[in-house]
Amino acid sequence: MNTSTLTVSERLYRRRRFRNALALVFSGVATVFGLFWLAWILWTTLVNGFGALDLHLFTRMTPPPGEAGGLANALFGSFAMSALAIAIGAPVGVLAGTWLAEYARRSRLGEAVRFLNDILLSAPSIVLGLFVYAILVKPAGHFSAFAGALALALIALPIVVRTCDEMLQLVPNAMREAALSLGLPQWKVTVRVLWRSARPGIVTGILLALARISGETAPLLFTALNNQYWTANPNAPMASVPVAIFQFAMSPYDDWHALAWAGALVITAFVLLLGVAARWYLHRSQMAHD
Amino acid sequence: MTATLALRKSDRRRDGAVGDRLFRLLAGGCALLVALALLGTALTMAWGGREAFAAFGWKFLVSTEWDAVNHHFGALVPIVGTLVTAFIAMLLAVPVSFGIALFLVEVAPAWLRAPVAAAIELLAGIPSIIYGMWGLFVFAPFMAAKVDPWVDAHLGGLPVVGALFSGPPLGLGMLTAGIVLAIMVIPFVTSVMREVFLTVPSRLKESAYALGATTWEVAWQVVLPYTRQAVVGGVFLGLGRALGETMAVTFVLGNAHELTASLLMPGNSIAATIANEFTEADSELYRSSLIALGLLLFAVTFVVLVAARLMLRRLERKRGGA
Repeated sequence: MNTSTLTVSERLYRRRRFRNALALVFSGVATVFGLFWLAWILWTTLVNGFGALDLHLFTRMTPPPGEAGGLANALFGSFAMSALAIAIGAPVGVLAGTWLAEYARRSRLGEAVRFLNDILLSAPSIVLGLFVYAILVKPAGHFSAFAGALALALIALPIVVRTCDEMLQLVPNAMREAALSLGLPQWKVTVRVLWRSARPGIVTGILLALARISGETAPLLFTALNNQYWTANPNAPMASVPVAIFQFAMSPYDDWHALAWAGALVITAFVLLLGVAARWYLHRSQMAHD
Repeated sequence: MTATLALRKSDRRRDGAVGDRLFRLLAGGCALLVALALLGTALTMAWGGREAFAAFGWKFLVSTEWDAVNHHFGALVPIVGTLVTAFIAMLLAVPVSFGIALFLVEVAPAWLRAPVAAAIELLAGIPSIIYGMWGLFVFAPFMAAKVDPWVDAHLGGLPVVGALFSGPPLGLGMLTAGIVLAIMVIPFVTSVMREVFLTVPSRLKESAYALGATTWEVAWQVVLPYTRQAVVGGVFLGLGRALGETMAVTFVLGNAHELTASLLMPGNSIAATIANEFTEADSELYRSSLIALGLLLFAVTFVVLVAARLMLRRLERKRGGA
C-alpha cells in the first residue's frame, strides 16, 4: 500500500517534471522559430539589397522600365516628407503630451485624450491616409507632398504624445516645486526645467516616430502618390522610397526588382540604425543621470 | 521709483499669468487636435462612404460582387479576406509569442534576456513593406514549391475541413498572407506580453517556487492568471495590427475578388483593396465604396483596439494600486 502511494506521487512528480521540460523546450523552440523568420527576412534583404546597391542609387532618378537608374528623387522625397512630418508632428505632440502630463494628469478629459491617443497609435495607417485624402487632396484636386507629410505626421503624433506624457510624469515633483517656489510662472517651469529634464526621453520618442514613418507606405499611396522625376515642390506629387519599392516590386521587370531591393535595404538599415541610436541615446543619458 | 518698481513687478506677474494662460491653451489645443484627428477620421470616412451605403444599402456588406465596369460593389470578399488572414495570423502568432515571452522572462539565462528582447523590439520596427517584399519574392515561391502541394495532398482530403486546404500551389493566397502577417505580429505581441509578464511581483513567483512549483507551473498558474487580461489586451493589439496591415498583405494576397473556401486561393483584404484600387477608381461611386470599406476597417479595428486598451489599462491600475 505504502509503496503504491509512493509510486503515485512519484508518477505525479515525473509527470510534472515532464510537462515542465516540454514547456521549456516549447518556449525555446518558439524563440528560435520567431527569430528564424526575422533572420531570414533580414538576410534576404541584405543579400538582394547589397547585390543591387551602387552609387547610381543615390545620384540617378527612378527609371522607366528597362533603363538604368536610381532612387535619388525617392530618397529625397522620403527625406523631405519625413522631415516635414516631424516638423509638424513633434511640436504638436510635445505640447499635447505636456498638457496631458502637466495640466490633465488625473482629469477625466485628460484620460479620454490619453485613451484616444492610444487608439490613434495603433489605428490602421491606410485609414489615416484616406482621412488626409478627404481633407486635403480632394478639396485641392491634386496629390501633394504636403498631404503625404501630413499623413505621416498623424502617424508620428501619437508616438510623440505618448512618450512625452510618460517622460514628464517621471520627472519628480520636487523639481516642479523647487522651480515654482523661485517665482517662475508655470509655463517657464515647464519649458525651462521639465522639458530639459525629460529631454532624452522626448528625443527618443521623436526618433522612434521618425523610424516608424520613414518606412510607411500605405498612407502615402493616395496623398503624395508618386513621381518619376525630381521635385522639391511641396504642392506637387512626390516620390518616396516605400512607394517606389511598392511600384517596382509589383512590376514584372528585373532591374526594377533590383532597385526595389536596394531601396528596401536602405530603408531597413536606416530604421534599424535609428532604433539602435534612439535606445543608445536614452540609455546613455540615463546612465549620466544616475 | 518704488511705484515703477511695483508696477514692473505686477507687470511681470501679469506677464506670467498671461503666458501661463496662453501656454495652457496652446498645449490643450494640441491635445484636442489628437482627439480631433481620430474623430475627423471616423466622420470623413462615414461622409465619404455615404454614396456607397446609399446606393447599395445593407447589401454592401453581404454582396460578393466587385464590378468596376458596371458599378456594383460589395464588401464581403475583402471583409472575409481580412478576417481570415488575421485569424490565421493570430492562430500562429499567439502561441509563439507566448513561448518567446515566457522564454525571455522565466527561462533564458539572464545574460541572454536583454539582447534577445532588444532584438525583438528592433524587429518590431521593420517596415511592413519589407515583410511584403520578402513574402512576394522569397516566401510565396517557397510556399508554392514546398508547402502548398503538401497541404493539398495531406489535408485536402480530410472530410469537413478538406475544402479549406485543397487548391493549386500558387504560393499567393490567404494562407501565405496569414503566415506573413503572423511573422510580422510576433515581435509586436511578444514585446507587449513580455512587458506584462515583468509586472508580476516577484514575491508571488518566488512563493510558488518555494512551494516546489516548476517553471511551467509558475508561468501557467501564477504569471498567466495574474496578467490574463493584459495578455488578452496584448493579443487584441496584435489583432488590430493584423486587421489593418496593408503592405505585407497586399503583396502576397493575390488581389482576386473571389470568394473561395480554399486558403490556398488568392483573395483580397480591405486594406489591400484600398491600396490597390484607390488611385485607379474612376467614378465617385467606386471611390465612395472604397472609402466605405475604409470605414468598416476603421470601425472593426476601433472596437478591437478599445477592448485591448481597456484590458491593458486594468493591469496598469492594479499595478498602481498595489
